[in-house]
Amino acid sequence: MGITDHAQSELTDVVFVEFEKVGKKVAKGDVVASVESVKTVSEVYSPAAGEIAAVNSSVTEKPESINQDPYGSGWFVVIKPEGENEELLDAAGYRKIIGEE
Amino acid sequence: MKFTFASWAEPLLSEIENDELFGFDNKMPSPEGYEPKGALERSTLSIPRISERYLMKHYVNLSQMSYSVDNGPHLLGSCTMKYNPKVSEALASSDGVARMHPLQPPSTMQGTLQILHELERWLAEISGMDAITLQPAGGAQGEFTGMLITKAYFEQKGEKRTRILIPDSAHGTNPASAAMAGYEVVELKSKDGTVDVDLLEKVVDDRVAALMLTNPNTLGLFEEQVGEIARIMHSSGSLLYYDGANMNAIIGKTNPGLMGFDIVHFNLHKTFATPHGGGGPGAGPVGVRSFLEKYLPVPRIRADGGVYTLDYSMTDSIGKVHSFMGNFAVLLRAYVYILMNGRDGLTRNSERAVLNSNYLMKRLSGLYDIPYKGLKKHEFVASASTLKEKSGITAMDIAKRLMDYGIHPPTIYFPLIVGEALMIEPTENLSKQTLDRLASIFNSAAGEDPSVLHSAPHSTAINRVNEVKAAREMVFRWQDMQATADAGAAAEGKN
Repeated sequence: MGITDHAQSELTDVVFVEFEKVGKKVAKGDVVASVESVKTVSEVYSPAAGEIAAVNSSVTEKPESINQDPYGSGWFVVIKPEGENEELLDAAGYRKIIGEE
Repeated sequence: MKFTFASWAEPLLSEIENDELFGFDNKMPSPEGYEPKGALERSTLSIPRISERYLMKHYVNLSQMSYSVDNGPHLLGSCTMKYNPKVSEALASSDGVARMHPLQPPSTMQGTLQILHELERWLAEISGMDAITLQPAGGAQGEFTGMLITKAYFEQKGEKRTRILIPDSAHGTNPASAAMAGYEVVELKSKDGTVDVDLLEKVVDDRVAALMLTNPNTLGLFEEQVGEIARIMHSSGSLLYYDGANMNAIIGKTNPGLMGFDIVHFNLHKTFATPHGGGGPGAGPVGVRSFLEKYLPVPRIRADGGVYTLDYSMTDSIGKVHSFMGNFAVLLRAYVYILMNGRDGLTRNSERAVLNSNYLMKRLSGLYDIPYKGLKKHEFVASASTLKEKSGITAMDIAKRLMDYGIHPPTIYFPLIVGEALMIEPTENLSKQTLDRLASIFNSAAGEDPSVLHSAPHSTAINRVNEVKAAREMVFRWQDMQATADAGAAAEGKN
C-alpha cells in the first residue's frame, strides 16, 4: 500500500517518512506510517487487519520518490491481510473510480 | 510603499576574528593562565572570544535583518502577536524584580507574593474558575498540567479513562500534551467548522476522560453549542478542558466558567501581551473548578490577614511543574497589562480585535475564498484555493510576497481542514489605516505576475529559501564549529 497521487500533491514535497516495524500486527485503521512534508505531518492508516510483511526502506532514503512515483517506487508497506478484503483497491482500480482512466 | 531589510554580511560569532581588544575590554578578567583541574578539565571548547564592541555590532546587525512585532503588522493567526507595552518591560527589569532571589524567605518577598496572589484572583475572575496555578511555563505546559490534573482526578475516583477527544481544528499541542500524559488521542471531525454535537454524543463514553476545546476555535468560529457540549461531557462523567489560546476574543463578554468548562489554561503571551519568547520564558497558568483545586501544583500561595505564605501541604497535588513560582517576570508583565487596561480596557481590546479581524476579512473576501461564512471572532481563515486553481498562486507565495512590504505573513497551511489556508489575526493593535493598507497589499498581490510571487520575497536579507532542501539535507552548523575546533587542536598538537 501507499498514498494516492492526490495525497502526495496535497502534502507537497515529502521530506521524511517513517514506518511501523515489520512483523507488527495491525487492526484496520491503525497507524502504519507517518509522512512529513514541508507543509504538514500526516499519519497513514492500514486499510485492513493483518501483519506488516515489508516496508519500503528505499523511500526513507529518498522520500522524493513518494512525490515522483506514488503508485510505483513510492510504495509504503506490504500488509499480509488476515481475511478476505474485497473492498481494497489497487492503484488502477482507484484511478478508474476517480475517472482518470 | 516598499520596505527594504538591511543586509549585513554578518559572520557567525565563531568566525569573527577579534584578537584585538578595544577600550575597557582589556581591563576585563581573562581566563588565560587559569589551569583547569580535575573534573573541570575539558577538551578544547570553541567558545568565541569577542570584545563588547563587536558583540554589539553582531547583534544589532542581526536585528536589522529580522522582523519583530515592533516593526509593523504581525499577522500570525492564533499566535496573537500583540504589541508588548514597554512599561511592563521597564517594571520587569527594575531592581526590585531583577535582584530578587528565588530562595528568599516568604517574609522578605511579601510584595511579590501579593502580586502573584492578586494575579491568581484576577485570572480566576476572567476565566470563571475557582483556583489558579501560575507555575506552567507556557501554554503547552499548561495543557500538560491540565492533563495531569485530569489523570489525578480520575485515578482518585478509581475510574479507568484512557481517551482524550480533540477536534480536528485544534492546535497541534493538544494531542501532544494528551499523549505525553499517557492518553490515547481520539480526533473529532468537525461539521461546518465546529464540533459535531451528534458525533460527540456517539463517541463519549466511560473511556473518555476529557474533551479539549478551543473556543473560539482556530477558524475564528465561536462554538455556539458549547452548553450542549458541556452537558454531554458531564453526563458521562467526563471533564471539559478549555484551551485558552483564543481567550483574547471573549474577555468581558463571556468566560469558560459560564460555558461549563472544568479546567482552563491561559496563554499570557497572547491574551495579556507578554513577550513571545523563542521557546521561553513564557507563562501558561491553569485554572480549575473547586473540586479540582486539591490537585494543583504546590506551593499554593495563601493570604491570611495581609500576610502571604507558601503552602506545600496538599497531599493530592500533582507536584511541581516548574521551579519556584513559575516565570515571575512574565507573570508580572501580565499583571501590569491587566492593571493598566482594567476591566473596561480588556473588554474593549477584545471588541477591537474582533472588529479588526472581521473588517480585514470583508476587505479580502473578493479575491480570496473565505470558508465558513458569517462573522468571525479575533481571527479568520482565508484560502488561496481559487487563486491556486486560476493562476497557480499559493498561500505560500502570498505569505512570502507580504514580506516585501514589511508585513509579517500570517500562519499558513493551518488549520489543516482548509486548503491553501492563510490564518490571519490582526489583533486590536492595528489602526483602520493599517488594515486598509494590508487589504490593498493582499489584493494587489493576488493579481501580480505569478512568477514574481513564486520567487518572493525580493527585498529581504535572505530571499526565498528552499524549504525542501533544508528539510531533506539538514546541515547543523555546530558540527562545522566542532570540526574547526578539532582541526585547531590537532594543529596545536603538531606545533
